[in-house]
Parts: sequence; structure tokens; C-alpha cells
Amino acid sequence: MSRARVQAEAFDAGLEIARLTGGRRDVGAVATFIGYVRDLNEGSGVSRMTLEHYPGMTERALEDICDEAFGRWDLLDLRVVHRVGALEPGEAIVLVAVSSAHRGEAFAACEFVMDYLKTRAPFWKKEETPEGARWVESRASDDDAAARWETKKTP
Amino acid sequence: MKLTLLYFASLRERLECPMERVEMSVPTGDVAGIVSQLRSRGGIWNEAFAPGRAWRISVNQRMATLESSVVEGDEIAFFPPVTGG
Repeated sequence: MSRARVQAEAFDAGLEIARLTGGRRDVGAVATFIGYVRDLNEGSGVSRMTLEHYPGMTERALEDICDEAFGRWDLLDLRVVHRVGALEPGEAIVLVAVSSAHRGEAFAACEFVMDYLKTRAPFWKKEETPEGARWVESRASDDDAAARWETKKTP
Repeated sequence: MKLTLLYFASLRERLECPMERVEMSVPTGDVAGIVSQLRSRGGIWNEAFAPGRAWRISVNQRMATLESSVVEGDEIAFFPPVTGG
């Protein structure tokens, strides 16, 4: 099964973790991150969010990020699931799950994958607010978070 | 050269164009040459690709820059900074 998926449907985090651990006895740690749609952003209420992506490039970018994580840490397996289409507050947008023998690698790789995904994977969010629909602006803090890994090669 | 040009998110909306297949002369052989052709369309095209505007480029689904070279049949995409996750 491919490590990175883009889908409109909701995902089951428990099932994704089970896929990392099922039938194995060498997994010592699984670190997961799940991102959710909030009902407030930049001071406005958000009633709905639509995620656009670049089919083809998105999957390729996510696979590249997974490869990079495997090159940096001693990992056993990795899953990235990112949703697209219309989402409501409270719904999960993204899941990153990393398995390894020890927690240090799993924690670090999970954060790394999210930081790189935020700045390198072609997704765009549009949110509906009482003031109208607006495209979410990229944040300098996301660039800073990704840049930390440029110098920090290993944990 | 024959090229496929894609536009995403706010840029797609602004230009009212998700995709086009074009036959374009690009003497410089790079993305900058394509951008200058697009700007020469005038109006919204000239404004959207003005220097200093925050947009990103990919060539054949890999992140690229204005200096990246392009050849016949390439797929070039233009989009705002990404906001996934």
C-alpha cells in the first residue's frame, strides 16, 4: 500500500495505526499527528473549508517527503493521509503516523513530515466566513518551522 | 513549443482559467520566458504575474523557479504559496 494518500473521505486513525503495527513485533513506537478544521481563524468564524490540490503533484510531493524522512531517521513505516474537498469544523484534515523501534525517531519524523507538508505539498485552503469566502494565506511561521530541519539533519 | 499550463487556487479564480494547452515561443527556454509571454496578454494576466507577487511554480509536478528550463510537452503550474495540513 502506498504511504501517502489524498482522499475526500474521512479516515480512520485507528485503522491506519493498525496497518503500521499489524503482524509486526519490531514496532516500539508509533507517533501520530492529526490536524483538524477549527471554527475560528484570523478572528473570523469559519463555517466550512474547501481544500483544493494539484492531483498528481500532491501525491508525488508527499512521497518525496516520506522518502526524505526515511533517509533521515531509522523508521519502520509511515502513513500520510490528506483530505480534499469540503470539510466542516471539527473534521480531521490530515493524518501522519510514523512507526519506529524507539519513540525519538517517531516523534521527530512525525513533526518533520508535517512541517514539510505545510510548505511543500500543493494544497490550498479556502474558508467560508460571515465576511465571505477567502483563501487562507500562507504563514511565515510555517516556513520557519520547515527551515529548522534544513540544518538539523538528525535528532 | 507546446506546453500545458495549470493555475490553482486564488490564481485560478483570478485568471478564470484552470488549464490551457498553448503553443508558445520561449526563446529563453525557461519559466521566466513563459511568464513574460503570459504578462504580455495584458490586463489581469499582467497584474497577476507582476514581480513581487507571491506565487510559486512547478515544472512537471516538481517545485521550480523562474530560472528552471522548459522543453516541448512540459506541464507548468502556477499557484499561490501552499496552505495544506
